[in-house]
Amino acid sequence: MNEVFLDPTAELNPEGRAVLPRLTSLEGKTVGLLDINKPRGDVLLDRLEQLFTERGVSVNRYSKPTMTRVAPLEVKQKIASECDAVIEALAD
Amino acid sequence: MPEPDKHYILVLKQDCPTCALIEPVIAELEAAGRTLQVWCQDDPDFPTCVESVGDDRSLEQSWRLNIETVPTVIRMRGATEVERTVGWDRSEWLRIFELEQLGNGLPDFRPGCGSKSVEPGMVEKLALRFGDITLSARRIEIAELEDPMETCFERGWSDGLPLVPPTELRVVRMLAGTNRAPDEVLGLVPPDLQACSVEKAAINAVMAGCKPEYLPVVLAALEAALVDEFCMHGLLATTWFSGPMIVVNGPIANAIGMNSGGNALGQGNRANATIGRALQLIIRNVGGGKPGGVDRATLGNPGKYTFCFAEDEENSCWESLAEEKGFAADNSTVTLFAADGVQGMADQKSREPDSLCRSFAASLLTVGHRKFAMLGDAFVIISPEHQRVFSDAHWSKQQVKDRISELTLRSGAELINEVDGIAEGMPEFVREMELPKFKPGGLNLVHAGGSGGLFSAIIGGWLASGEMGSSPVTREITL
Repeated sequence: MNEVFLDPTAELNPEGRAVLPRLTSLEGKTVGLLDINKPRGDVLLDRLEQLFTERGVSVNRYSKPTMTRVAPLEVKQKIASECDAVIEALAD
Repeated sequence: MPEPDKHYILVLKQDCPTCALIEPVIAELEAAGRTLQVWCQDDPDFPTCVESVGDDRSLEQSWRLNIETVPTVIRMRGATEVERTVGWDRSEWLRIFELEQLGNGLPDFRPGCGSKSVEPGMVEKLALRFGDITLSARRIEIAELEDPMETCFERGWSDGLPLVPPTELRVVRMLAGTNRAPDEVLGLVPPDLQACSVEKAAINAVMAGCKPEYLPVVLAALEAALVDEFCMHGLLATTWFSGPMIVVNGPIANAIGMNSGGNALGQGNRANATIGRALQLIIRNVGGGKPGGVDRATLGNPGKYTFCFAEDEENSCWESLAEEKGFAADNSTVTLFAADGVQGMADQKSREPDSLCRSFAASLLTVGHRKFAMLGDAFVIISPEHQRVFSDAHWSKQQVKDRISELTLRSGAELINEVDGIAEGMPEFVREMELPKFKPGGLNLVHAGGSGGLFSAIIGGWLASGEMGSSPVTREITL
């Protein structure tokens, strides 16, 4: 059996870790577009950038050196510090 | 024929020379028609002379029968224990089994060995597995690939430092530190005003790194924090620096190895470090009070990780803080104070009490702001070398406090807004008044520190002191 901890909190939150709150509006926000370096990912991301820009949402582009590994720490930190949301493109 | 209302339980372990020694005795007992249920703790094939040995490698029977020594013989009548004997003592065995002779050729007496069920750490494990311990906290199963230390951080339980993972076994061991029931509610913890049970406090004490014997201090500290006068909610929420400081008085401080000597306010002592931290973790985890949430401190102070020490009563010439608050010297207490950080006060030249009081007064005037009066309280942690100046002159604690109060009395005109080219200050209406720096009872003296160093510590407090905010609260520690 896996290790079991006793909850030290007042148990007001669900046991499972909650996802971060979703954005309710894109106004004044910056969206990161992460290309994981899979072929044609850029097609999707270029179109998204166009759609966001038309709506006045700022966009930053990022890419992973290879789709086979998790993003390097530096890329994750850059996205987390510069963006309010991120869209990661899988493609082929 | 064996008598149906007389049967016996025998608990053994193979790894016990006395159990091995009495193996022939067991055969004699069977031959004499005694009904014997044999349980073996480590080898179900021992002793070989018994056909069906009960396998007690789980130690369930040993735990249920409360076995402390092997061999143990228990005489039963029906399901009820009549009597028991431990080890090998021929006369006892003869009496219990109602026989004339037994184990001829064996020595008369051999002590037994410790039961496997009472090996260190085993009691709690067995109690958890077989006992009636009911813990009510939600159980959180950690995925196989999770690092338990990282899990504690990721779930938001940490103050920023690593936590001891709160496993059931650790919590059960922690709860052994108090006689109080796990489900006893200690109060509602701000800011979420959630009920904190002894169990929840114990879980957080585990995470903080406490030993079980510290738990009564943690519980008393939490109860003190939840007294209305202490104003824990406001103290948490304030933009000011302060957080709860815990001063421990009485015999428990030495009993659990607290530091009241050199570096008493610093790092390095487990009890000092973890008791203060446990209180903060309870506020964080049970109360939901977190920096950036309800904790709005502009800067905070490092004491908000932990701030707990003991008064050095043994070497003090004065009554202790707890005695001043009306407790007896053999009571153990915690006193909580809404404390900022430590401000050093050096005076290496004063050998007369009045001169030293003047030094204290000059430094104490800067608590909060030099132009503030009757706002933050202060604790002076007086070092042994500074206290000696007063004890040599036979000054009582009250005399010192009174003199410092006189020396910190100022005319309102010096303090009001804009005076001295400083916009900050007291309101205009105090211009004609004489104002003490501290409210009545707002200056406290505690003796602690190493034997060398003509320095003491001034610990200023939350500007919202007394009725408008927080007053120090003292509470007795009970086991």
